[in-house]
Amino acid sequence: MSELNEHHPSKLHGIWALTNRELKKWYKAPVIFLLSIIQPIIWMGLLGKAMNIGAIFTGSSFPLPQLNPPLTPQQLQQLGGYFAGLQSSIMKGAFNTTDYFSFMAVGMIAFTALFTTMFSGMSIVWDRRLGFLNKALSTPVSRAVIIFSKVLSATLRSMFQAGLIIVIAIAFGLQFGANFNPLNILGVFAILFLVCVGLSSLFIAITIRSTRMETPMAVMNLINLPMMFASNAFFPTKFMPDWLQTIAKFNPLTYTTDAVRQLLIFNTDYAQLALDFTYVGIFAVIVATIGIVLSWRFLTK
Amino acid sequence: MSEEVIKTEGLTRVFNKHLTAVDHVNFSVKQGEIFGFLGPNGAGKTTTINMLITILKPTEGKASVLGFDIAKQDENVRNVIGVVPQEYTADEDLTGLENVLLCADLYGIPRDVAKKRAADLLKLVELTDFKDKKVQIYSGGMRRRLELACGLINRPKLLFLDEPTLGLDVQTRTATWDYIRKLKKEFGMTLFMTTHYLEEADALCDRVAIIDHGKIVVVGTPEELKHSLGGDIITLSIKDDPDVTELIRTVENVKDVKNENGSYRIKAEYGEVTAPFIIEALRRKGYTVTKLMLTEPTLNEVYLEYTGKSMRDTEESREAFRAQRITMRRARGG
Repeated sequence: MSELNEHHPSKLHGIWALTNRELKKWYKAPVIFLLSIIQPIIWMGLLGKAMNIGAIFTGSSFPLPQLNPPLTPQQLQQLGGYFAGLQSSIMKGAFNTTDYFSFMAVGMIAFTALFTTMFSGMSIVWDRRLGFLNKALSTPVSRAVIIFSKVLSATLRSMFQAGLIIVIAIAFGLQFGANFNPLNILGVFAILFLVCVGLSSLFIAITIRSTRMETPMAVMNLINLPMMFASNAFFPTKFMPDWLQTIAKFNPLTYTTDAVRQLLIFNTDYAQLALDFTYVGIFAVIVATIGIVLSWRFLTK
Repeated sequence: MSEEVIKTEGLTRVFNKHLTAVDHVNFSVKQGEIFGFLGPNGAGKTTTINMLITILKPTEGKASVLGFDIAKQDENVRNVIGVVPQEYTADEDLTGLENVLLCADLYGIPRDVAKKRAADLLKLVELTDFKDKKVQIYSGGMRRRLELACGLINRPKLLFLDEPTLGLDVQTRTATWDYIRKLKKEFGMTLFMTTHYLEEADALCDRVAIIDHGKIVVVGTPEELKHSLGGDIITLSIKDDPDVTELIRTVENVKDVKNENGSYRIKAEYGEVTAPFIIEALRRKGYTVTKLMLTEPTLNEVYLEYTGKSMRDTEESREAFRAQRITMRRARGG
């Protein structure tokens, strides 16, 4: 009746089946899917449009000194022009772009990548509790594939979200850099892929060990906001105190965000871009290796 | 292929360096039988099964499954076995069919073959009508059947069932037994199942092993085990309370008779055959039997005998394995 070893599946068989299982839970659940689309819109509306830093430096933001004799309309116009120039050069100096919304929207991409990666790995806690993990372990699927599929689904989800943010940001008025070219979008996805693979491997190594949702939640809450604000995602690091700058200098999100900015809104500095890619690449390789080895060791107990 | 589908030698698993869940276990399972692994919760059943299905590594000792070493050839083992876990592992967000196909993918079965098999299996477990419904709406029995279908997708030679009827109502439990019998008959499959329902082991298994505190206490067919206790117990009362001890003793197969306050406690082999002979013998001498009760030893008594304690488990199981009692009241002059 049953023939022995009738199929000779490749070492990587099942990776798409397991990844797709994760993704289905997301794209087949209309509420979750919708929320994951609405969330970045809200964030961008709140943070990007509410924190209108550029407006601080316009003429109307300053009470004009009462001069005697009063300024002529011509002088007022000149003064306004001076302020506008001042605003543009302050913004340019601080953010490397005159539009804070563009600056922040790109930071949002890294922010979303971080959050989505963290939370989408959490389903592994349920897989353990409900026994799905054990069932998968009892099939010929390799242990590595089980881990990779989790990493891959978290990464794909984050990248989809990030893509969505770019689209929404463009709709909200993202200003591209002078030498932007549509191919740069591919570069954005490349760097996001690297950082997501690294981060999700790490979080999966943490979550795979916990039997309760609370533990990974606590770990994530502890690290995700500090990681976000100790980076250049929302504010340039050069105005931070030294100690914070040092932290930001090691934070892979700083490099990710910078790379995305170089690609989308800055006048691309290719040397800096290469540094960003190298740093994030090395980070991804090291952290993914550690994460996958730790998960592997847990699964072959 | 050897006759022995599973063979363990000194299989041991220690957790956290001091908790010995499975302690030097030796047993073998023969081709084509249903082998029951019996014991209370925490006896080491699931740990043993997890080692055999290569989820857990043994701390000591070795075991072979279908000729493959569980430690060194774990991937080969996983290829040829089927596993129906204790939990409902099917993905609730997917449909029944999607779940079966997902299992097929995990075994690397090509899609066209998988689709055909999934259809056949869903038919076998009578879920064809529900195959496109999400598992969320499935009842406990349906989920159990779906797990069964998933476990069979790779056409295993050996199927592991971990507590296949845990938490099912009596009707569904009986239906599940029918599926298990059908599998054995139609596919000539060897089945290894754990249970803490003694009744289930008695009804299904060709051989059982009783495990307690990580050690195997006894192995044998349910009949052998029950027989090793020395037969059935017949309890009877007689009108006017004369002493008939010697008379009963002469009946064939009767091993022992005790008069306990006017009620006779008779130990006899093949109780259901012997009881009518006893009644007949008494009637010929003019005695009237007013009350008769036949108690067949169950695995519960076997368990009691070998471990010195009752199944430390739920009221429910005790209720279910209560001795089968037949009470007869003879109609006057009948």
